[in-house]
Amino acid sequence: MLSRVASSIYWMSRYLERADNVARFIEVNSRLILDMGWEREKAQWDPLVRASADEKSFSERYSEFTEKNVVHFLAFDTENPNSIISCVQHARENARTVREIISSEMWETINALYHLVEKQSRKRQPDDLQSFFTAVLNASHLFAGLTENTMSRGEGWHFARMGRLLERADKTTRILDVKYFLLLPTPDYFDSPYDAVEWGAVLKSVSGFEMYRKQFHRANYHDVAQFLVLDAHFPRSIRFCIDSAASSLNRISDTLGITVSASEEMAKLKAVLDEASIDTILSNGLHEFVDMFQFNLNIVDEALYTSFFALEKEV
Amino acid sequence: MNFDGYDTQGFYDELIAPDGSPRQEALPLIERINALSAKDLRRRQKAAERVLHQQGITFNVYGDKKGTEKIFPFDVLPRIVPAREWAVLERGLKQRIKALNLFIDDIYNGQKILKDGVIPADLVLSSECYLKQCEGLSPPKKIWIHVTGTDLVRHSDGEFYVLEDNLRCPSGISYVLQNRAIQKRTLPKAFEAMRTRPVSDYGDHLYDALRHAAPEGVENPNVIVLTPGVYNSAYYEHSYLAQQMGATLAQGSDLTIIDDHVMLRTTRGFEKVDVIYRRIDDAFLDPTVFNKDSLLGVPGIMECFRKGNVALANAPGTGIADDKAVYAYVPQIIKYYLDEDPIIANVPTFICDDEKDRAHVLANLETLVVKAVNLSGGYGMLIGPVSTAKEREEFAEKIKANPRDYIAQPTLALSRTPTIVGDAIEGRHVDFRPYILYGESIFVLPGGLTRVALTKGSLVVNSSQGGGSKDTWVLGDEPRNMGDM
Repeated sequence: MLSRVASSIYWMSRYLERADNVARFIEVNSRLILDMGWEREKAQWDPLVRASADEKSFSERYSEFTEKNVVHFLAFDTENPNSIISCVQHARENARTVREIISSEMWETINALYHLVEKQSRKRQPDDLQSFFTAVLNASHLFAGLTENTMSRGEGWHFARMGRLLERADKTTRILDVKYFLLLPTPDYFDSPYDAVEWGAVLKSVSGFEMYRKQFHRANYHDVAQFLVLDAHFPRSIRFCIDSAASSLNRISDTLGITVSASEEMAKLKAVLDEASIDTILSNGLHEFVDMFQFNLNIVDEALYTSFFALEKEV
Repeated sequence: MNFDGYDTQGFYDELIAPDGSPRQEALPLIERINALSAKDLRRRQKAAERVLHQQGITFNVYGDKKGTEKIFPFDVLPRIVPAREWAVLERGLKQRIKALNLFIDDIYNGQKILKDGVIPADLVLSSECYLKQCEGLSPPKKIWIHVTGTDLVRHSDGEFYVLEDNLRCPSGISYVLQNRAIQKRTLPKAFEAMRTRPVSDYGDHLYDALRHAAPEGVENPNVIVLTPGVYNSAYYEHSYLAQQMGATLAQGSDLTIIDDHVMLRTTRGFEKVDVIYRRIDDAFLDPTVFNKDSLLGVPGIMECFRKGNVALANAPGTGIADDKAVYAYVPQIIKYYLDEDPIIANVPTFICDDEKDRAHVLANLETLVVKAVNLSGGYGMLIGPVSTAKEREEFAEKIKANPRDYIAQPTLALSRTPTIVGDAIEGRHVDFRPYILYGESIFVLPGGLTRVALTKGSLVVNSSQGGGSKDTWVLGDEPRNMGDM
C-alpha cells in the first residue's frame, strides 16, 4: 500500500472519530445541565475547552465561555482545526484521496455527513442541536459498520482501525478530564450525591452507562475510572482501544514482514495499561495520568509516521 | 411530458425527424417518455441529480467561500446512435487512430511523410507540441496513443465530422460510465426497450490495453494511474478509473526513481512500476526535461521511459497530431499510411499560416470559427457569428501577429437533441466523444460522452461554460437475449 494512502486512511479514520467525540463532549455538558438542574445561563462551559487544550485558540476569537460561544467553537468554527466541521472536512478530504481504496458506501457516508454538518453550520439560529449531534454520532456508527462490513481485512482496514482507536483512547482521556476541570473549584465534592450524577453523565456520553451498571451497579469515582481507563472489554475504554490498536499494528507489521519502531512504542503503552492499578492511578491523580498518557500517545503517533508514512530513499 | 409542439427549427435532430415524427430507432424511447407525466419525469430528473450529489461527483464553485458544491448537469433524456451509424463511426475511428499512430511514430522516427512532401515539414516541426526529446523513441509495440477521446459533431447535412482528436489525456469517460449507471435507474423501462449496448466493461478493456503496453519481457506488469492530485478537476475520474481497474492511484510525490526504474513508496518499501496511465500533461511530466517548475511530475521519469524501463500511456509527444493545423492534414495522413479514403470526414480547415488561407480567414471572420492550434476545451476561440466587432478586430491582430497559432473553420450547425428545460422538452445542441483504446487491437467503446449546450441557442458544450451531459445509447443490431449476456 502507498505510504500516502496508509496515512490518509489513518487520518480519515482519526478525524471522523474526533468529530464523533467532540459531539459526545458537548453532550456531557448538556446532560449535566439537565441532570444537575443548573441554570442554563450559569452553567460551566469552559471545562470543554480546557479539556481539549484549545484555550488559546478559543480566547483569540471569543471573549466569554458562554454556551453559544463554546458550542460554536467546538462544532462549527472552521478556524478551530478540531471543531466538528473541520474534522469532517479533513476526514472527507482524506477519504477523497483514497476513494479508490475504501468502499463507495464508506465514501458516500462521509460525504453525506459533510453536507449535513455544512448545512447545519450555515443556519443562523442552529435549531435542535441535540438531534444534530445524534445525527453526527449515527453517521459515525454507520461508517464504522460499513468499514467492518465492506472492507477487506488488509493493511488499509488495520490502518483505519488503528486511527479510530488511538483517537478514541485520546478522547476518552479528555472526557474524563472534563470532569476534572469541572471539579476544580470544589475539591470536597468527591463522592457526594451530585458526583454520582456527574459520573453518570460522563458514562452516558460515551454510551457506557448500561455496560457499566452491569458490572458496578452504582456510579462512583473509583469504579468509573476503573471502567473507562482499565476495562478490558468495553470498546471505549482506554485499555481496550490500545489493545486493539496494538493488535492491528502487529497485523500490519506481520503482513509486511518488518519490525518497526512504532510497534515498540505501542507495546510500551500497552504494558503501562496492563500493569496499572486504578488505586495507584487515582492516588497519583487521574489528571496527571491523563497527561502522561497523552504524551505517550503522541510518541506512538510520531513513530507511526516515521515507520510507515514517510518513506525516504537512502542517499 | 410529451413532444407535442417540439420544433426542430431546421436543425438536424438526433431523435426527431424534420416532419416532427420520431426517428424510427427512437420510437420506443419517445413512446415511453410520452407515457410519463411531466411530474414523474421531473421527479426522475431530481432523483438522478440527488444520486450525483450523494456520490460527491461535484465541483467547487470558484470563489464561493461557503464551499457550495455543484454537480455537473445531467439530462435524463438520452441521446441515441443507431446501429448502422455506429458501424460506420467505429470503422472510421479505428482507421483514424491506426493512421495517426503510424504518423506519430514516423514523425519521431525518420519523418518519411515530411520527406515525401505530404505535409509541409515546417508546419510539423514548428508546432509547440513537437517534442524534440521524443526523437528516436519507440514505445513498446510502437503504440503511442493508447487512449483517445475523439470529438465528433453532426452537421445539418446529417453527417458526422471529426472536430478534435484529443490524443493526449482525454477526460470524460467516468461520466460515460456514471451517467449510464444513473440512467439505468432513472428510465429502466425505456432502457430495456432499446437494446442499448453495454459500456460497463470499459475498465477491463482499459486494463488490458495498459497491460499490453508493458515494456518487453515484463510478465505481470504493475499498472498504475498517475494523477496531478485531489485538486485537479478530473481527480474524480482518475480515482474512479483506478478503482475500476483495481490499480494503484499515485501522485508524483508517491513515486521516485531508483536505478532508472520508477518506484512507488509503499508501506512495504519501494515497489517497481511497469505501466503508468498518466493523467498529467507532457509539460508537467518530468521537471528535468520539460516544465522546470512542475511539482506534479516525477524528476527523471523520461529517462526511464527512454530506456524502456517503464511504459507511459499515452506516450509523450502525441500532441503533435493534436495540433489543429496538423489536424487539417489527417485525410492526407490516412491516405499516405493506409492508402484509404477517410471514413469520417474532417471539418474543412483554413490554416492561417498559409497566406491564401489567412487572407480568406481575415476577410470572413464573421462567419468562421477561429481556434488556437494548441488549446482545447473551448478556450482561445472566436465564434464569428456571435462575436462583436471588437472581438473580431482583436482576433485579426492575433492572427496577423502569430499566424501559425491559429486555424479557422466554418461555423457548423451542430445537431440538436431533445432536452428537459423546465417543464418542457426543447432541442439543444450536442457533440459526441467516443473513446478508443489501442491495445492488442483497436477497441471503440460502444457509447461515449454526449455533451449538451444547455443554454438556448448556444453551441458551446464545455462543462466550464454551461454545458451538461447525457447518456449515449449506442444501439445493438438484434434484440439481445439472455444467451448473449
